[in-house]
Amino acid sequence: MKELVIISGKGGTGKTSLTASFACLAHNAIIIDADVDAADLHLILKPEILKQEEFSGGSKANIDKNVCTKCSACIEVCNFDAVTDDFVIDAVECEGCKLCFEFCPENAVKFSRQICGEWYISDSRAGTMIHAKLGIAQENSGMLVSLLRREAQKAARQKGIPLIITDGPPGTGCPVIASVTGADAVLIITEPTLSGMHDMKRVKELTDLLKIPAMFCINKYDINTEITEEIQEFGSEHGLKFLGNIPYDSDLTKAMLAQKSLVEFSDNDTAKAVKDIWKNAGNFLAGLKDRLM
Amino acid sequence: MIITIASGKGGTGKTTVSTSLALSLEQKVCLVDCDVEEPNAHIFFNIQESGKEIVNTFVPFVEKEKCNLCGACEDLCQFNAIAKIGKSVMVFPEMCHSCKGCMMVCEQDAIKEADRELGVIEHAQIDNIELVFGKLRVGEPMSPPLIKRVKKKIKSAGINIIDAPPGTSCPAISAMRDSDFVVLVTEPTPFGLNDLILAVEVVRLLKIPFGIVINRCDAGDNRTKKYAEKQGIPILLELADKRKIAEAYSRGEPVVHAMPEMKKEFNDLYHRIVNSKLKNVN
Repeated sequence: MKELVIISGKGGTGKTSLTASFACLAHNAIIIDADVDAADLHLILKPEILKQEEFSGGSKANIDKNVCTKCSACIEVCNFDAVTDDFVIDAVECEGCKLCFEFCPENAVKFSRQICGEWYISDSRAGTMIHAKLGIAQENSGMLVSLLRREAQKAARQKGIPLIITDGPPGTGCPVIASVTGADAVLIITEPTLSGMHDMKRVKELTDLLKIPAMFCINKYDINTEITEEIQEFGSEHGLKFLGNIPYDSDLTKAMLAQKSLVEFSDNDTAKAVKDIWKNAGNFLAGLKDRLM
Repeated sequence: MIITIASGKGGTGKTTVSTSLALSLEQKVCLVDCDVEEPNAHIFFNIQESGKEIVNTFVPFVEKEKCNLCGACEDLCQFNAIAKIGKSVMVFPEMCHSCKGCMMVCEQDAIKEADRELGVIEHAQIDNIELVFGKLRVGEPMSPPLIKRVKKKIKSAGINIIDAPPGTSCPAISAMRDSDFVVLVTEPTPFGLNDLILAVEVVRLLKIPFGIVINRCDAGDNRTKKYAEKQGIPILLELADKRKIAEAYSRGEPVVHAMPEMKKEFNDLYHRIVNSKLKNVN
């Protein structure tokens, strides 16, 4: 079994659109949407939920007003300014470190596990999809992503499915690290803008640090062909496997409006470019050793 | 006043709006890039000289000679950042949330303060704009502590514009908190609308007045506008989908330099923000 994760650094470069096409081109894969705080893949794949479970992340503190003597011990120990002057815990700031609970001389602090969101195993026209919804203003997205990956690996083993394709989150922080750590390969989708290139270099640094083989492709490559060339040069100098360019095409938005992946919506050159990238990614993955799981 | 430019979905135009707004105002402006995982605002400025400071956070360091392996630190730590393994106590710095609890509960006084680098904060002055931005160390999982440190550079007086990270979880919330107004930048596509609705829920939870900017307003459908109207959310600005804007953006040229006539639109945006804030729309 192999795990391919699509990331970008910069947001809005086309991760979800590419993942949707890959999901439809792969005939035997499990799809994860790991962008848990702004998930969009379900808008295209229209999954039918088979199993739904609560996700409880960390715990948070709560002060019982009737027991609290306003001694301020909690305010003194809290390193996150999460206790207000009227001795109420600010749930958004609380990190769940438990210090107020430990140091309250009156035992006025309750410390309990929080429900941070929901996760789902679904069926879609592209196969099994594992996805989630992080609650509003909740944290622990990295923990939730790790859970989704464990569930996908379990399902892949049970059903003998050889590939997991993950739609990753933007950035380089905790949910990205949770998405890619230990994966077989990442595919970086970027765009020919100075911002896109800057952000791609940072995620490349991350995949190097975590020792994950990386490939890349350039979306809307014809917006600025000079920067496209510069990105391609950077890729070849830094051992990034180049998979192909995708032209700027309003069909991508039209496909999204029609709730379809590009390869389902259109048969044009852009769709062909995406199919080539899929084929090249498959060849790259085939050249990697299978992990023992 | 602190105006935060945010969005649920990435790549909708936060940096375009925040840099254009800063460059369109006559007043002194502090532009604060809080998208520390992927900061991009500085790309749009010709920076000759910048100041740099490294930002660290607390992690524990265990003095072996003093430690009696009682395990109190491990019992307390909620983040699995410190653990007794065999005959020593190991620290996992990247898991540590810097609450300092291990230090407080250690009766042997065996835990000392050490550092983990979060990243750097850079600042530069470009005409009337003071630019401040954070850059998260690659490999560092937690961005909110650096975002909070970047925000400490904000001056209470004058106009402060924050460029926020995408999403609706802790990094975005750390950037938006304590703002006077939030501008949510979106695009009229199904992804844009889905993530806008999530972002609106967050801003409402934080009780901050807000409005939206629809970028590439002619590129999708009218569902975003209908949603805004139904919810009574002010549409502060609509930007057309122009190749000239995309090209300027691609080479790091501010949109208001490539198309100076757009300065007026961003000036109007500022005045609409001030008026909406006075009306306290939420």
